[in-house]
Amino acid sequence: MIKRISHVTVYVLDQDSAKAFYTEKLGFTLTGDADMGDGIRWLTATPPGQPDVEFILADCRMGHDAETAEQLRALVAKGALGPGVLATEDCQKTYEELSGRGVTFVQPPTERFYGIEALLRDDSGNWFSLSQRSAAPSA
Amino acid sequence: MSDAAGTTPRTRPGRAAVPPGRAAVPAQRVPARRVPSVPVLVRLRLARDLMDRCYAEPLDLDTLAREAGFSRYHFAHAFRAAYGEPAGAYLSRRRVERAQDLLRSADITVTEVCQLVGFSSLGSFSSRFREVVGLSPTEYRRRHWAEQAPLPVPGCFVLAWSRPGSAIRPGSATQEKPGGPPAG
Repeated sequence: MIKRISHVTVYVLDQDSAKAFYTEKLGFTLTGDADMGDGIRWLTATPPGQPDVEFILADCRMGHDAETAEQLRALVAKGALGPGVLATEDCQKTYEELSGRGVTFVQPPTERFYGIEALLRDDSGNWFSLSQRSAAPSA
Repeated sequence: MSDAAGTTPRTRPGRAAVPPGRAAVPAQRVPARRVPSVPVLVRLRLARDLMDRCYAEPLDLDTLAREAGFSRYHFAHAFRAAYGEPAGAYLSRRRVERAQDLLRSADITVTEVCQLVGFSSLGSFSSRFREVVGLSPTEYRRRHWAEQAPLPVPGCFVLAWSRPGSAIRPGSATQEKPGGPPAG
């Protein structure tokens, strides 16, 4: 039986920059940074409040031939990839905090039927939803 | 001084030498889309993000090109090569997507929606809306209210999954037209 998710892969354009962005701007905790050769590193970080899920901030060359890596880089750069949703208890406050640190938002907090949501980009071009779920109706 | 047509074998004009005039490219075949390089894509994305963020403002090509740090000409071409539609078409599609949201959730008139999302005329709003959605704004709202239930899909994904071209919904009356640029 599958128990839970432990790692997710986020392809980045520049691992140095990603390391700084995820730890300094998003407040992630660095959990791994090891040389794998060819200038590629095993770079992992966990979201604040969730130390058991690691983001693998992967170099696009990891596991790919040169052409595939370049296609992947292009997709990341043009903003086509959205790895997921980051949860927050206060979207507006987190939005202000992160904006203050220089995080780019493509959408400010906006009310949706499921809660309040903003959209941010990481330093490579990946987009994430930053969502505050509305209180679940008592069942 | 042009050669008599057809006397010489066709040669392809050198791509780099074409001045930024409007040399009509004889386009019988669709040229393969050349994806711009990663550094160019990064800059194009800045302009696209500006459209996502400030869709309600009167963004023109100059503003967008400046955001990306390119000339108008270069920007227009590169954007299209990267994203498969002209920047103006992307912007109006983004506005339509925002309009759909307002039509579903807000109790305001179609004219108000049109202004809120950044269209300058009701006519262009209606025709672009129909082109993208396959229904007029009024019909869209009526249908939504008739069906009642909200689309159980987060808005971020609705935006991310909308794509160049028209009428996402299958089975809406008409067209399958080749993606002619709806003039940005």
